[in-house]
Amino acid sequence: MTELLAERGHVFALTGAALIALGFYGFMAQRAVIRRLISFNVIGSGVFLLFGGTGYSAAGVDPVPQALIITGIVVALALTAFAAALAVRLAQGGDRDDGTDDGEAGP
Amino acid sequence: MSAAMLVPILLVLAPLVPALASALLSGRARARNAINIAFAAFKLGVVAYALAGVEAGAFYEWRIAFVPGLDMVLRLDALALLFVTLSAVLWMATTLYAIAYLKGSAHQARFFAFFNLCVVAASGIAMSGSLITFFVFYEILTLATWPLVVHTGSAKAMAAGRTYLAYTLAGSAALLAGIVWLESGSGPVEFAAGADLSAFSPLAASMIFVLLIGGLGAKTALIPLHAWLPAAMAAPAPVSALLHAVAVVKAGAFGVVRVIYDVYGIETVAALGLGLPLAALASATILYGSLQALRQSDIKKRLAYSTVSQVSYIVLGASLAGPFAVIGGLVHLVHQGLMKITLFFGAGVLAERAGVTDIRQLDGVGRRMPVTMAAFSIAALGMIGVPPVAGFVSKWYLAIGGYQSGASWVIAVLIVSSLLNAAYFLPLLYRAWLKPAAPGLPDRNALAASRTWLLIAPGAFTAAAALGAGLFAGFELSPLSWAALIAERIYLP
Amino acid sequence: MNLLFALAGAPLAFLLASLIAGRHGARLIWIAAPVITALAFWLALETHARPQGGALGGWMPPLGIALEADGLGAVLLLTCALTASVTGLFALGRYGGARPESARRYTFWPLFYGLWAGMNAVLVSRDLFNLYVAIELLSICAVALAAFGSRQAAVNYMMIALAGSLAYLLGAVLIYAALGTLDMSLIAQRAPEARASVLIAAALITGGLMAKTALFPLHGWLPPAHGAAPTAVSALLSALVVKASFVILARVWFEGLPGLAGAGVITAFGVLGAAAIVYGSVLAITQTGLKALIAYSTVAQLGYLFLVFPLAGGGESATPWTAGAWGAMGFHLSAHMLAKAGLFLAAGLMIYGAGGGRIADLTGLARAMPVTSLAFGLCAVSLMGLPPSGGFMAKYLMLIAALASGQWHYALVILAGGLMAAAYLFKPLARLFAGTGTPAIRALPHRSMALAPLVLGAAAIALGLLSAEPYALMVSGLPEAGEAGLEEAEP
Repeated sequence: MTELLAERGHVFALTGAALIALGFYGFMAQRAVIRRLISFNVIGSGVFLLFGGTGYSAAGVDPVPQALIITGIVVALALTAFAAALAVRLAQGGDRDDGTDDGEAGP
Repeated sequence: MSAAMLVPILLVLAPLVPALASALLSGRARARNAINIAFAAFKLGVVAYALAGVEAGAFYEWRIAFVPGLDMVLRLDALALLFVTLSAVLWMATTLYAIAYLKGSAHQARFFAFFNLCVVAASGIAMSGSLITFFVFYEILTLATWPLVVHTGSAKAMAAGRTYLAYTLAGSAALLAGIVWLESGSGPVEFAAGADLSAFSPLAASMIFVLLIGGLGAKTALIPLHAWLPAAMAAPAPVSALLHAVAVVKAGAFGVVRVIYDVYGIETVAALGLGLPLAALASATILYGSLQALRQSDIKKRLAYSTVSQVSYIVLGASLAGPFAVIGGLVHLVHQGLMKITLFFGAGVLAERAGVTDIRQLDGVGRRMPVTMAAFSIAALGMIGVPPVAGFVSKWYLAIGGYQSGASWVIAVLIVSSLLNAAYFLPLLYRAWLKPAAPGLPDRNALAASRTWLLIAPGAFTAAAALGAGLFAGFELSPLSWAALIAERIYLP
Repeated sequence: MNLLFALAGAPLAFLLASLIAGRHGARLIWIAAPVITALAFWLALETHARPQGGALGGWMPPLGIALEADGLGAVLLLTCALTASVTGLFALGRYGGARPESARRYTFWPLFYGLWAGMNAVLVSRDLFNLYVAIELLSICAVALAAFGSRQAAVNYMMIALAGSLAYLLGAVLIYAALGTLDMSLIAQRAPEARASVLIAAALITGGLMAKTALFPLHGWLPPAHGAAPTAVSALLSALVVKASFVILARVWFEGLPGLAGAGVITAFGVLGAAAIVYGSVLAITQTGLKALIAYSTVAQLGYLFLVFPLAGGGESATPWTAGAWGAMGFHLSAHMLAKAGLFLAAGLMIYGAGGGRIADLTGLARAMPVTSLAFGLCAVSLMGLPPSGGFMAKYLMLIAALASGQWHYALVILAGGLMAAAYLFKPLARLFAGTGTPAIRALPHRSMALAPLVLGAAAIALGLLSAEPYALMVSGLPEAGEAGLEEAEP
């Protein structure tokens, strides 16, 4: 049982590392904002998987990484949603929306 | 807070109040002028109180820590008081003059705010008891003077401002480098104790000295760092008066005195062999400034080069390091201030009322504007060294000091310099008094309309003071006696 | 309720409140500014006696959240509160209730409070993961605010911020894998056990944080983002946001991994910092736009912070004070917060008044906008490191540390940096005084707006005059390596 856990930990960690590498390639190779954003998400998933993998050991499963991964996923979700929205606005509205908003409102 | 702590604070804060008030009371000239004069008078009162105290052997000190062990120290010793008294007296005179000079012109609020800030800085420099305090006020002076130099906003003034900043900020960097180098080995330096140079090799100590003097030399206008001073003539006349007599160049010269006597100490300077090269540099500046002054036909420019030359007398006295030379140098700090401010007051009145800015326009001015030109003439004669005006006393003591220190060539420098002084001042007096009036000169009636006693009286007063300082040099509390007191305390601790 | 949690939580509470209050949300700053500043002041007083700490709900780490404030943290919390308060009040002039209706009147305030909460959380956290969450909150608000100016610059900023965050997170994960903890003090105890893997993790963390701090050569995103943003946003980004990642970086090396940094690492920080000073200053001198100039000045000024790595522990024997370089870092962080925010606010007012953002447009403004010009001048004095100002205290202490430890080259860079700062800051200052006429200006939405930069400038100056108390606080409870130097410290 305990060996199995440690084994699983290695699998998670190695998969995580592979995902990080894949995502990093995507980040370097792609220029489009959305594609880079997806690359970031792939890297993020890899980091979380790696993190989860470190919690597995012969002594049992450490709950701390799992608790932190949940938090991390929430943060990553929020960031991705915001980044996607920003990318969409950039594509639709241009660099800035002069005159429509607060240009004359004040310094 | 005891009186001993209160005095230095009051002396620094006295000009700060009108600085702030001037900035706030931008539309109300009368209130502003009243506050300016009131606080200048108040400061004179505090100075009188302190003079009595210091002469009796008291000293006043106030300190506050920047970081543990590094203190801002304001300390009134005899040397500090010499400079404070000069600045307080001339501040009063210049304030009155500036009120009359700038009447009706634009942006007086800003002018008086920075003008008073300069006086704050000068008082702080005078009373600095530690190197860091000195540097703080020295830089406040740099910053507060710049808006005055560029006050008119003309292209010429802006260019002068750039030159001024280039020289003074580079000088400040050198000074700061010297200070931190020194303090990184000796700990914070206070003037009362002097610097502990044991951590430095003689070469390092000499290099630090060069950095310090080089940094101070930029304000003192030692050659080759003098070019900003003639350029700064673009400023209004009261500013020039202040720059040349009390604030900027004097701050540099005063710093040189402090470095030689209270940081290194005369024995160390002599042991390192640094006094003589500095004396030589000062002598070269004296001669060079006079030669350049000869070539200028603009009155203010001629006066500016004269300042380059005259301020170096102070440095010369300090670097010769004999009792008499010290007295000569220190007393010149006061005498040059009184005489030069008179000259600039006069030049300002000439330009403002008669439109005279060039020497060739001076013909016959003396009889049209007798009080102004009389004051101007007394100061000019003093600069040449004609007894009994104050300048003679300075030169006399410097010459004896040079002889005492075994540097008899100083006497030759003084003689040549005095001849050059005569060569560039006497033609002015000749034209003003003995030549017939030039056709372009306004006549008596036209001049009468622009006559205000506030513009004329300060110059007359400072000229009288310069004359009095020479005539009554032997009296107690004369600048000479005070300088002798300081020298006594340096040499007989 | 523990003071530290109150400080981290109060801006979050105002974030929610501003969302609920809708179009009245702007007015909350009148409550938030005094309340949070008072809390920070109270914390500074408490920290003066002893370092503060606490765990949320009594749950201890690793599962609970523990917060800590040392002297440096307390000083920065207070400076940050002051800067954010003044900037927030200033922002009423553009996003206040009396301004014309706009979407940004609603979105500015939650983002503002979120940014403030992120700053406070970074300053009191000592756990790598908590720091991650805090700096993500900070980054997302910062990017969103930067998008107020230029979306393209915001996207570029976001890419760097995301990449930096992921590198940081990966480093934190590796540290956990190697040492089984994310707490700074525990890391410091266990780090020598797994030196090699910790160093790899530290490299990732450092790289990520350097990108977020915009240390040369990773600074490219900063000038467009800071230069294009609206006034209040530029001030927040330049004064506060970049400092947060630097503080984490300093804490990681000085508290978490003392003794692990070899000479090579330390020199690398020093060289990059020096390069940032020179490069940022040169580019600032060449700018023709006022805000671009100030933004490049930030690139240069951030370089000074990295000099603390080589200078810490620099020959304290000759001086009566200890930890000069650490104090210099504290002064530089606080003084730059105040002065840079003030400079951006003053610049914004002048650009609005003059109707143009080039330096040449400022001609004669000292006559038309005297208060704003004075504020600009005061902030500039501190940035140039001229006395009396907090910037000067930083420079002086840094110079002494450099010379006392025989590192002349850094002293030369610092002095040259000061002169170059004067060169680029006197360019706009000279324009303010130039010309003989009084230019006509557009009236400000509210006259008292000019007081905001004046308060910040005066505070930057006061920091240099009344420096004894702030210094004592900055060095109270400092990490051992901050006093002894990174290399000398026992791991």
